Amino acid sequence: MSDYSTIDMLLWGVVPYVVLAILISGLIWRWRYDRFGWTTRSSELYESRLLRIGSPLFHFGLLVVIVGHFIGLVIPESWTTGIGIPDTAYHITALSLGLVAGVCTLGGIALLIWRRRTTGPVFSATTRNDKLMYVVLVGAIVTGLGMTAYFAGVEVTGGHTQDYRFTVSPWFRSIWILQPDIAAMSQAHAAYQLHALVGMALFALFPFTRLIHAFTAPVGYLFRPYVVYRDRDRYSPGAGQAERAARRGW
Amino acid sequence: MATSTRPGAGRGSSGGKRPIGRVMAQVAMVMNLDKCIGCHTCSVTCKQTWTNRTGVEYVWFNNVETRPGQGYPRTYEDQEKWKGGWVRTSRGKLVPRAGGRLKKLATIFANPVMPSIYDYYEPWTYDYETLTNAPLGDDFPVSSPRSALTGKPMDISWSANWDDNLGGGPELAQQDPVVRKLEDKVKFSFEETFMFYLPRICEHCINPSCVASCPSGALYKRSEDGIVLVDQDRCRGWRMCVTGCPYKKMYFNHKTGKAEKCTFCYPRVEVGLPTVCSETCVGRLRYLGVILYDADRVGEAAAVEDEKDLYEAQLDVFLDPSDPDVQAAARRDGIPDRWVESAERSPVYALAKKFRVALPLHPEYRTMPMVWYVPPLSPVVDTLTTTGHDGEDADNLFGAIDTLRIPVEYLAELFTAGDPEPVRLVLRRLAAMRSYMRRINLGQEEDASIAEAVGMSGEDVYDMYRLLALAKYDERYVIPTAYGVDEADKGVIEEIGCSLDFEGGPGMGGMGTPGGGAPFGEASGQPVRATVEDFHTLRDRQTSDSHTDKRGRINLLNWDGNGRPSGLFPPRRRDRDTDNGGDGGGRPA
Repeated sequence: MSDYSTIDMLLWGVVPYVVLAILISGLIWRWRYDRFGWTTRSSELYESRLLRIGSPLFHFGLLVVIVGHFIGLVIPESWTTGIGIPDTAYHITALSLGLVAGVCTLGGIALLIWRRRTTGPVFSATTRNDKLMYVVLVGAIVTGLGMTAYFAGVEVTGGHTQDYRFTVSPWFRSIWILQPDIAAMSQAHAAYQLHALVGMALFALFPFTRLIHAFTAPVGYLFRPYVVYRDRDRYSPGAGQAERAARRGW
Repeated sequence: MATSTRPGAGRGSSGGKRPIGRVMAQVAMVMNLDKCIGCHTCSVTCKQTWTNRTGVEYVWFNNVETRPGQGYPRTYEDQEKWKGGWVRTSRGKLVPRAGGRLKKLATIFANPVMPSIYDYYEPWTYDYETLTNAPLGDDFPVSSPRSALTGKPMDISWSANWDDNLGGGPELAQQDPVVRKLEDKVKFSFEETFMFYLPRICEHCINPSCVASCPSGALYKRSEDGIVLVDQDRCRGWRMCVTGCPYKKMYFNHKTGKAEKCTFCYPRVEVGLPTVCSETCVGRLRYLGVILYDADRVGEAAAVEDEKDLYEAQLDVFLDPSDPDVQAAARRDGIPDRWVESAERSPVYALAKKFRVALPLHPEYRTMPMVWYVPPLSPVVDTLTTTGHDGEDADNLFGAIDTLRIPVEYLAELFTAGDPEPVRLVLRRLAAMRSYMRRINLGQEEDASIAEAVGMSGEDVYDMYRLLALAKYDERYVIPTAYGVDEADKGVIEEIGCSLDFEGGPGMGGMGTPGGGAPFGEASGQPVRATVEDFHTLRDRQTSDSHTDKRGRINLLNWDGNGRPSGLFPPRRRDRDTDNGGDGGGRPA
């Protein structure tokens, strides 16, 4: 109890579980009650010139960022050194790759937001929910990228920075075994802490925004025959009703 | 709900009679273009039924195009540009023209060839409020157009049928992709110009490329009746279907972010009614009927090497419903007898395969479309007559077919991948029918040689005439009711009941859930009375001895929400005592 404050305990011991609960229950709620709203809500019909540059830039950048987060947070430092990757090499790769991917992501979303603001029909189709989501999403990208750039700069000029693989990563892994290592996270650099908080806000928003489309990435398409046949939906009066009253699909 | 694959396509072909593969049934359509007057009634009634909502303002599940013309969306037939349909690879396999599965997923973040709303048209409404709100002035107020996308003022420059009746004109017709293919074969000098109407709906293809393009698996072909539908709960708005469909009959609802398409009015078809476009067609040019086909041969037929063989290949896939072997195979594959019987009477089968006067639209897309067309012949008789010939004499007609106002080559590009022979045969048969029937109508001797000249018997010609000219409602629309509703007999729907009439449902006085009310949403809690007057008048009626006066009541459905019109509230107690004639009507509440 002595090496971290109550605030730390709330932020790194309670909030993650609240976020997880919101994320999971939100997903279940959305799946059960709003499958009809589960879509990308694409605006390509209105404008495609800028979208064709911005959207792939953002999404592919983001995919690299996600892989980077996975490697950094989930794979312990001992494993990478164990297979003979020197620490410096690891960090140089992570920082440079992270920087490139981060710039692509940020550039992509900047273009997309600019497009959204300046293209009339796209702007009118933007909801308040979208705007909130954009604020948090850009916040997460900016804090993450800013942090990467700053630490990279310090390292290049010969300084020394904190290794998140001894603070943030152990905390992240400890969440999943229900024994949050609050002490480790409370030692992390404030920039890491800020990024983690914005990230958690983003996850809490996830099920209630259009971001939801990421959870139904159509991977199954690769393994499916081209033409899909389906039997007519059978309706038997009085027998097993769906949990949700059957709604019209339009 | 089970998804299933099509049974293995492309088994070795062994000439001669081969065993019948899996029999499937499809409700298909034929349109007789000779009768289309371009009135757009089908489009309007379809729109009123299906797409009169925000998000699909620009969507016409049914549209009528003037040909030659660019169509809707503009130049949709240019597959070099729009990448719809299938292509045959050098190894004889079919892949969607826009790319296979990997390419689809790689381009999922921005579909590279999706038409924009401006390729259809920017939907608009009018600023009607100006008409009543405009300040007094010298000028008459005008309601100007407003974009339905942004609400801002806009100039209207195009719509779904902006080139209506102008299709044949030199400016617009040159942009018709079919015309561009034919180059100098089609002339547009004023004297030689031509036009006809082409009503289009979703083709409900046997080999649908939209379904193949859907990454989510939300699009599917119904195995019972072949109708292609979108599962709105599964669609995620990836928009690949819009590109995949070569007819551009997949639409993106920009409000809901989901794909929508012509439903073939399946709720009507299931109970044996024709689609709305067919029902309301003024010219009665649409025919609906069942086609039985061999699903095992589809893959092979859609992949024949020469595009010009696709029409014949598709005809070969259709099975003869009066063949006892086919009937047995259909029974084996779970198709109820009444569907087979219906297929025997199918006007679509008759026009497409028996008389061979209906042709598929753009078979070269290799999707095996199931809405077919009888190509137009009409102008020929008048043209011949004005040149001093007998316009309905068979020989004159046959000779005139190649000099028709509408070039055979143009029709061939639309209906037979450019092969003029099948079109010529159809037109000759239609011409023969006129000539043959005229002799009968004039009381002359039947001339079987006219029928024989086009490879038909006199009886066939007469049957074809009946179907094309006289067929009544029941002969034009031969639609069996849906099966599979009741597992026990796979038979008729005993009674077309209301789907709300389940136990505890709204139709039975409940609110849809056994507890009498849904926990959330509109239907939760106690049922709300429709109007305030209900409550008071009900109480009055039940508690008064006299006849309740209905005058002075207000219908809340018509109330504009302003002021307090008399009758909105019940009279005050003192007033009421006098209102009711003082005979004790107003008991204190």
